[in-house]
Amino acid sequence: MTLHVDIPEETFSSILAKAFRNTAFVTGFVITLLILAMAVVSYIWTPYDVTKLVIADKTQGPSLAHWFGTDHFGRDILSMIMVGARNSIAVALVAVGIGMGVGVPLGAFAAARSGLVDEALMRINDLVFAFPALLSAIMITAIFGPGAVNAILAIGIFNIPVFARVARAGAMAIWPREFILAARAAGKSSTQISIEHVLPNIATLLLVQGTIQFALGILAEAGLSYLGLGAQPPMPSWGRMLFDAQTRMVVAPWMAIFPGMAIVITVLGLNLLGDGIADILDPKSRRQR
Amino acid sequence: MTAYLLKRLAISLATLLLASMVVFAVLEILPGDPARLMLGMNASADQVELLRNQMGLNAPMVWRYLHWVGGLLSLDFGRSYTYSVPVIDLVRERLAVSLPLALIALALSTIIAIPVGLFSASRRGRAGDTISMGAAQLGVAVPNFWFALMLIYVFAVWLRLVPAGGFPGWGAGAWQALKSLLLPAVALALPQAAILARVTRSALIEVLNEDYIRTARAKGLPYRTVLWRHALRNAMIPVLTILGLQFAFLLAGTIIIENVFYLPGLGRLVFQAITQRDLIVVESVVMLLVAAVIAVNLVVDLSYAVVDPRLRSRQ
Repeated sequence: MTLHVDIPEETFSSILAKAFRNTAFVTGFVITLLILAMAVVSYIWTPYDVTKLVIADKTQGPSLAHWFGTDHFGRDILSMIMVGARNSIAVALVAVGIGMGVGVPLGAFAAARSGLVDEALMRINDLVFAFPALLSAIMITAIFGPGAVNAILAIGIFNIPVFARVARAGAMAIWPREFILAARAAGKSSTQISIEHVLPNIATLLLVQGTIQFALGILAEAGLSYLGLGAQPPMPSWGRMLFDAQTRMVVAPWMAIFPGMAIVITVLGLNLLGDGIADILDPKSRRQR
Repeated sequence: MTAYLLKRLAISLATLLLASMVVFAVLEILPGDPARLMLGMNASADQVELLRNQMGLNAPMVWRYLHWVGGLLSLDFGRSYTYSVPVIDLVRERLAVSLPLALIALALSTIIAIPVGLFSASRRGRAGDTISMGAAQLGVAVPNFWFALMLIYVFAVWLRLVPAGGFPGWGAGAWQALKSLLLPAVALALPQAAILARVTRSALIEVLNEDYIRTARAKGLPYRTVLWRHALRNAMIPVLTILGLQFAFLLAGTIIIENVFYLPGLGRLVFQAITQRDLIVVESVVMLLVAAVIAVNLVVDLSYAVVDPRLRSRQ
C-alpha cells in the first residue's frame, strides 16, 4: 500500500508551465544543456585535434581559424575547452554521486533513528567540516597521486557530509507528519518508510543541493587541476589550461580568458538551474520573492 | 545559556582531539620515509636507520602521537625536514603574510556584502535588486584564482599600479607590503562577498516581513534607522553563520591565491610541504588551520548571544 497524501494540487504540466516562466530556470537550463552538448560533441568532433602539437601556430590570438586563439603548443583553445568540459563534468558529477550515494542514506538513517546514532553521525559531520575542503583534497591527491580519479575521490568525500546534513534536516521535517504515522500504523519498518515516503518528499531538496555541489565540484576540480593535482596532461582540463596561461599572460592573455569564462559560464548555469528549481518547487522560497 | 556554551565548548574540544588523531593517522599512511628523503637516494640503510632513531621515527605510534600533541600544546612543533629550522619559526614568518591577507579579505568582503545586501533587500524586485543580485550570482561563479589572473593582467600588466606577485616583506615598509597584498585580498574577497551579499539579502527580507518592523515604521522612525538598527541586527545570525563557514574557505583559498601571487604565506608553505613530503610541517600547519576553523565556529556560536539578547536570557 502506498500513501499519496503529500501530492500537491499541481500537475506535471502546471509545474512545467511555471518552469518556463522562471527566468533563472530557463537560463540555467539552456546553459547547462549547451555545456553538456559541447562535451558530448567533443567525442565526435572538435575544430582541431587537441593531441596534435603545431608549433608553427603557437600562441596565436583569436582569429577566424582559431576563435579563441592557440596555446603555447599551437593547440586550438576552443577544442581544448570542449574536451576539457568532459573532464570537469565527469569529475563533478561522479563526486556528487559519491556524496549523494553515501550521504543521503546516512542522513536519512540519522533522522530515522535520532538519539545517540544521530548525535554520533552529526559529530562526525562536524569533524569533516572542520577541515578546509580544498586543503584536505590537496592532501588526498598528494597521498594517492595526482589524477582525475583521485580528484573525484577527494571532492566526493567532502560532498558526503553536505548531503548527510541536507537529507537529515529534510527527513526530520517529514517524520512528524501524519502520513508517516499512517505508514507506521500499517506496520512498515523505518527503513521502508525512509525509502518509500521520506526520500520522495526530500527529492527536491536533494536535487537543488545536487546542482549546487555540481557547481562547487567544477570549481574545486579547476582549483586542483590548476595546482597540478587534477587530470594530467595531455588530457586537457580547464584548471590546467589556466596554470599554463599564467606565465604567458603578457604574450597570450586569451589563454587565460577563455578557459576561465568556460568555468564561470558553467558554474553560473548550474547555480541558476538550482535556484530555478528551488523557486519552482519550494513554496516557501516563492513566498519570499 | 551557560549549559549551551559549555556543551559547545566540549564539542569543539572533542572535535579538535578527533581531528588531531585523523591528521596523525593520515600522515602515518602517507608514503615516503622522511629520513630517506632527507638523506637522499645514495644514503646507506644504516645511515637512514640512525637518522630514524634520532628523529624518533622508530618509537611506538601511540608514543609518537602523544609526543606530537604535547609538542603542539607547548608550541614546540619540531623541526622542518626540508628547511631545517623549527616549524614554529616558519609558521610565525608565514603567518605575517597570511593573517593580514585573510583579515583584509574578510574585511573587504564584509564591507562590500552588507551594504549590497541591505540595498538589495530594501529595493526588492526593483531594478537595483535585480542588477546587484545578478552581479552576486556572477561573483559566486568566478573561481578566485582566475579572477586573480585577470586582476594581474589589468592592474599589474596593463596599468602597472601594483606588483604582479611576490612579497617584499614588512621590512620594506608597510605601504609596499600592503600594496602586494591588495590584489590577492581582492581576489579572495570577491566570491565571498557575493555569497555573503545573497545571504544578507535573504535574511533581511525574512526580517523585514516581521511585525516589529511595521511597528517601528508606524511609530514614525525613518526607514534608514529601521533598516540598520532593527532589521540588520535581527538578520545578523545567518550572516554570522556564513561568515564563520567562509573562514574555512578563506584559509583554503589562500593556498591557491598565494600560489598565484607567489606569496610566502602559510598556504604556500603547506602546499610545498605536502609535495615535498615535509610531514612535520604538514601536520603542524594542517592542525593549526583546523584549530582555527573550530575556534572561529565556536566564536560565531558565542557571538549569537551577543547579537541576540533573547538567546542570553534563555535558560
